[in-house]
Amino acid sequence: MALETKFTEEHEWLRIEDDLVVVGITEHAATQLGDVVFIELPDEGTVVSKDDEVVVIESVKAASDILAPLDGEIVEVNEALANDPGKVNEDPLGDAWFFKMKIEDLSELDDYMSEAEYKTYIG
Amino acid sequence: MSEMTELKRTPLYDFHVEQGGKMVPFAGYDMPVQYPLGVMKEHLHTRAEAGLFDVSHMGQVMLTSPEGIEALGLALETLVPVDVLAVKPGRQRYGVFTNDAGGILDDLMISNTGDALFLVVNAACKQDDIIHLSAHLPDHVTVTEITDRALLALQGPKAAAVLAQIVPQVAEMRFMDSLRIAVGGSEWWISRSGYTGEDGFEMSVPAGEAVDFAKTLVAMDEVELIGLGARDSLRLEAGLCLYGHDIDATTSPVEGNIAWAMQKARRVGGAREGGFPGADRILRELTDGAVKMRVGLLPQGRAPMRDGTPLFATSESADQIGVITSGGFGPSVERPIAMGYLPAEFTKTGTEIYAELRGKRLPVTVADMPFRPSTYKR
Repeated sequence: MALETKFTEEHEWLRIEDDLVVVGITEHAATQLGDVVFIELPDEGTVVSKDDEVVVIESVKAASDILAPLDGEIVEVNEALANDPGKVNEDPLGDAWFFKMKIEDLSELDDYMSEAEYKTYIG
Repeated sequence: MSEMTELKRTPLYDFHVEQGGKMVPFAGYDMPVQYPLGVMKEHLHTRAEAGLFDVSHMGQVMLTSPEGIEALGLALETLVPVDVLAVKPGRQRYGVFTNDAGGILDDLMISNTGDALFLVVNAACKQDDIIHLSAHLPDHVTVTEITDRALLALQGPKAAAVLAQIVPQVAEMRFMDSLRIAVGGSEWWISRSGYTGEDGFEMSVPAGEAVDFAKTLVAMDEVELIGLGARDSLRLEAGLCLYGHDIDATTSPVEGNIAWAMQKARRVGGAREGGFPGADRILRELTDGAVKMRVGLLPQGRAPMRDGTPLFATSESADQIGVITSGGFGPSVERPIAMGYLPAEFTKTGTEIYAELRGKRLPVTVADMPFRPSTYKR
């Protein structure tokens, strides 16, 4: 089972807490996006498939989507983030998580990159 | 744009890179979209102090004629619905080139230098504009694209005080003054105008002097470099049109809500009524009104609504009635703002309509522009 933080090619980070997968975006992604001004979160209870667009994130520059990293159910969303989108720029790896997912098999995370691999990936 | 096309660079390109500018393709140029400060802070800094913009990608065009300034003005009036003759030496005026269908080919600034007309046109349109001018102006007019000058803009409440330290004469200028001023051994063309809703200046300087000038300005505490990102959010808050989005070859000046740029002399009953391309449609719309109009729009929620977002009369109606042509988050007004086109019957301030965003209908209110009061030094 993956205990370390994992990273996707879509610049999301995934962390296991209480058997749930917590999802956020990396500092690199937050910097690239620029100042975030709006976040639309999914409803709790939404069942999603990998690569579904689950979060809309808008910066002063443009709109982007965050994709579901895995099949599963969104069980909790970070409402505080919707009220203070700028948190994504301030603390992307901490307070600014987007949602928590329940997935079938936590070992699915093993396929994603380690922090070292992600650092190599972004160059 | 094809990947094979080489992007052009302004005289400030190396300076932008050195200053950490994030370079992106824009209208055929490699331009800074933002600097390390970021779009939001760049925007707010311009409103609070002074922002420096490289707008050298824009077209600078000089019209000259042996027949003199009045003949030049009359010649240009055949292409723009503007009272060019009324632009006194040392003054400038906003205008548009119209086409035979009454649409807008480009928007531009027209300055009277005393013995010539100096035009500043959009980067993306400049080659077409020059062809248009050369093809349609009478033979006595010479059209010269100025390619050996950079164009910089200094905008914001501290712009005048900052620039006066280098060019003292600017302290005396009023909004829309446009002067040739000797600076060092050369001539700078400076107008008190801009594209942010702030007091400020646009400065055409010899290309070789641009970097030193920019360095001198950014060395001052009040000045930060501002990229295209904040340039767009600043002009949006100011309610100013972006050519190709808010006005284009199909929208008339009346539809575009810039009828104020057509003075009495060119309207019905004026001294030089009509006489520009598309006059039939445009003069008719001035009298009868246009079918659709550009309006300001305030999305009621927090979600920014960008260009292309469709507009509807109600939360359920099937037929699209309009479209957003520019939109985003306004850092100074701290909310999403937009502009777009609606049928005349929906254009009254306060009218509530709906936008469809990601499959949801969200309420939007028709609003007056600018979204933030402009602070021009009249």
